[in-house]
Amino acid sequence: MELTERKQKERQLLWTTAIAIAVFAVGWFTLPVLSERILLGVVLVLIAGALFFTNDTGRYICKRILLALLTVFIIAAITFFTMNAIPGGPFSKEKAPSAAVQAVLEERFHLNEPVGKQFLLYLEGLMQGNFGISTKTGREISTTIFESFGISAKLGGYAALLAVCLGVVLGSIAALNRAKAADRVIIFFTTLFVAVPSFIMATMLLLVFCLQLNWFPIFSTENQSYVLPVVALMLSPMSYITRLTKTSMLDVLGQDYIRTARAKGVKQWLVIFKHALRNALIPVITYVGPMTAYILTGSMVVESVFTTGGLGTKFVQGITNRDYPMIMGTTIFLATLMVTATLLSDLVYKIVDPRIDFD
Amino acid sequence: MSEYNPNVPPKKRPFSLQLDVAKFEPATDEEKAQREVMRESTTFFKDGMRKLFRNPLAVGSMIVLFVILVTIIIAPMFVPYSYSGMITVNGKRDKSAKNLPPFTYSKLEQEAIDAGEYVFPHIFGTDELCRDYFIRVIYGARVSLAVGFFASLIVLVIGLLYGSIAGYAGGKTDLIMMRIVDIIYSLPDTLMVILLSVVLDQLLGQSLQNTVLASIGPNMLSMFAVFGLLYWVGMARLVRGQILTIKNNEYVLAAQAMGAKPRRIIRKHILPNCMSVIIISTALQIPSAIFTESFLSFIGLGVQAPMPSLGSLANSARQALQAYPYKMVFPAVGICLIVLSFNLLGDGLRDAFDPKLRK
Amino acid sequence: MSNTPLLQVRNLHTSFFTDAGEVRAVNGISYNLDAGRVLGIVGESGSGKSVSAYSVMRILTDTGRVTEGEVLFKGEDILKYSPQQMQKFRGSRISIIFQDPMTCLNPTFSIGSQLREAIRIHTDRNREQVQARALEMLQLVGVNEPEKRLKQYPHELSGGMRQRVMIAMALACEPDILIADEPTTALDVTIQAQILELMQSLQKKMGMAIIMITHDLGVIADMCDEIIVMYGGKVCERGTADEIFYNPRHEYTKGLIRSIPRITEKHEKLVPIAGSPVDLLNLPKGCAFASRCDHAMKICLEQQPEEVWVNDCHIAACWNNVRQMMQEEKDGENA
Repeated sequence: MELTERKQKERQLLWTTAIAIAVFAVGWFTLPVLSERILLGVVLVLIAGALFFTNDTGRYICKRILLALLTVFIIAAITFFTMNAIPGGPFSKEKAPSAAVQAVLEERFHLNEPVGKQFLLYLEGLMQGNFGISTKTGREISTTIFESFGISAKLGGYAALLAVCLGVVLGSIAALNRAKAADRVIIFFTTLFVAVPSFIMATMLLLVFCLQLNWFPIFSTENQSYVLPVVALMLSPMSYITRLTKTSMLDVLGQDYIRTARAKGVKQWLVIFKHALRNALIPVITYVGPMTAYILTGSMVVESVFTTGGLGTKFVQGITNRDYPMIMGTTIFLATLMVTATLLSDLVYKIVDPRIDFD
Repeated sequence: MSEYNPNVPPKKRPFSLQLDVAKFEPATDEEKAQREVMRESTTFFKDGMRKLFRNPLAVGSMIVLFVILVTIIIAPMFVPYSYSGMITVNGKRDKSAKNLPPFTYSKLEQEAIDAGEYVFPHIFGTDELCRDYFIRVIYGARVSLAVGFFASLIVLVIGLLYGSIAGYAGGKTDLIMMRIVDIIYSLPDTLMVILLSVVLDQLLGQSLQNTVLASIGPNMLSMFAVFGLLYWVGMARLVRGQILTIKNNEYVLAAQAMGAKPRRIIRKHILPNCMSVIIISTALQIPSAIFTESFLSFIGLGVQAPMPSLGSLANSARQALQAYPYKMVFPAVGICLIVLSFNLLGDGLRDAFDPKLRK
Repeated sequence: MSNTPLLQVRNLHTSFFTDAGEVRAVNGISYNLDAGRVLGIVGESGSGKSVSAYSVMRILTDTGRVTEGEVLFKGEDILKYSPQQMQKFRGSRISIIFQDPMTCLNPTFSIGSQLREAIRIHTDRNREQVQARALEMLQLVGVNEPEKRLKQYPHELSGGMRQRVMIAMALACEPDILIADEPTTALDVTIQAQILELMQSLQKKMGMAIIMITHDLGVIADMCDEIIVMYGGKVCERGTADEIFYNPRHEYTKGLIRSIPRITEKHEKLVPIAGSPVDLLNLPKGCAFASRCDHAMKICLEQQPEEVWVNDCHIAACWNNVRQMMQEEKDGENA
């Protein structure tokens, strides 16, 4: 019985490999760009992996990466086609600042081709890191993105790191001092901060600490003080993580296995930091994906308030100027980041919590 | 057996106890019944309501929401200003009533008061276009709350329908429906809102003119559209999960065995049992919609001017932050108060009604 | 036997301080346990049997506190131990296994890591020795493929296997006393018998004393040297297993025995005990069981029954027993 099953599986594997190689070969000669060929290869390998990996975790990882690639593709498609639905198209003549740009656009975007072909060409450009040209400034969008993203990455990175670290620590403190003063103070402030939109938080901080108290200088290229923007960006996710950690910590501390650990004679602090925290962190890990999305969108607002000149500022400017290629490029770029963050947090989740099984 | 501890009381012979023999008579049932402490019998709903009204935070937020609701309904009835038009004194447009601080009057108004006329005070002052700021904040709160309610309603209806069909149908239908949900779920929603707002703004801008929908503007419509397209997936997942757990309960099997139709089973057995979770989630959806609206207003994709929303008011106050900081404070406090109240109310509802938290 | 028993519990009171008030879970229980003996504690849910065991281990939840009494281990009161002393004491001198093996193992650590941790805390073995001991323990409790199991996570094991792992973990440091808190309740009937058998054989091999907590008299019938029946946080009756089964003196014990299904008596109906458990928040005066007792007397509602020696190895706290003994004595005099 088992033997025939194995034979069947081997045969399936053989067929799949053959088909994959054939598809890859056809792709190699028909696809014009190297990155497309590589992508095709990767996708084929991942599909094979998702089908034939004996290891649960391996299969799961392959599937998740495939799903993430599909998501990015769908996002790109939605972005492109909705933008194309705008009367006159995103690159219509009235939007272009000059004839020169118009000519470049015509050539770059093959505006005379059918929409489907245009989309494929746009995708091809994306894979080479080419997001098109801004209709307002006439600059390469990829240059704008990569130049300004440095600031945003630094800002978001600090904010994410602080949010997670402080949130976990505060949440644990609140859980371990349940119904005592520390818990009440922490929960009071975090409940408050969750309810304040980031742009109001940013404006208030700017008003109080920059303009009234003069503790921090206003952001400029010479004077890059990240304190206030980071705080404005961080408070809400930090508060959320605090509450999340507290709830799950309390839940975990009431679990039977914590009692087991205590009964074994494990030291009190080890019970908390080894046995409880590891389990309590699982929900926090799942929040990392949404948090990245929150921070990236939040940074649009916070950066605009503090005029940091990061990607968020550029995006909002693009929206105000109705600079469609810029909106498209940035949307796809940010969406890819968010999808990647979700993917990573899901993978870490799978590793930390061995119970999760994914069909 | 082991010898008993010498510290335990020594052997007692019954006669040494010196007991009243009269008491060794059988007790009547009534006497025994007196002993049974009767616990009040309560229903799930009653018990939950009692818990809810014992929670001071939930009661407080209900009061706050009630006061806000009453204010925004009643205030326009006795405040003689409109949210869109300039202040007029005796039919003349009052151009001197620009950026007045709270409870002050413009020159023209002062003259009118001196002449013995009654001028309704500007509780929050006026804005840069000589409009009464109080009434604008009131209308802003109306718009924000309406957006929150309608968006949650859309999410509720679509999510409920989709989720119950997927959960009830099961099998292949469920698999395909949930794969669609998975993909939509992985799209970054805020970015999609921005994208659709930009596009619909252009698409609907002209066609909306002279219709009822014109006053809420294409941005709000696109926001509702996005809620209808994207945000329902969370609700759908929740409903499906609930239904899957309830579906396998014996009483549902019993109803099926008696030949009840699927519609009846969903309506009579499944929905009432997952109602609490759905209501809680809807209550928490409202602040999230208000958040999204204020975010969109901030990046310039909010309601159509001159219609105010709390987000757009806060955004326009940002421009003159240093000169008139109080203009920021009113809408900001408004948003925070509404969001906070809904959050606390949602938490209170969850604590009171979530079956998972009941012991 | 004049030397002190291994474990003496004297007049133990434990309460939980909740928002609703003081829940008096254990109201003065006393017992002794000698080395190598098996003591059974029987009672329904909420009778305080588990709480009394947790009090001995001092692993009550935050709200629970021992309000009175002492627990002497080899003559030393462990309730007076410092947290550090207590931490060293738990797991090495007294171990415990719990009711539900599904939830008692940490889901995010492998079996091996949890087992090794238990060994490492109380001994100074090196890595290889710890690993060897872990393997040895798994073999001892009859886990198949122990090498593979060490690398697995709890969710990959069946309930019976997990309970075996729990036993291995509890016995890894050769404790003097093993407390088994309803070790078979959450398991299938066939597995129950296996686990009980395993515990009996391990007891013979390792010679530890066992406190067996259960709500099922049948489970411990042939295993225990001595049985305590608890109700409402108090001891109803205690004595040798034979005495409890064949000469029960407390109405509650009688009810418990009637509610055990038997195959020998074909057409006998099972008799449940009517009513619901006593409310520990407001303990009534008099006997806690009185309102559910078929033979309740006026005195039962007014006065706490006192512990009375039925014979050398049997104590009961029931007014009906007192009445019966008074009757017997009177008859004796008359005769």
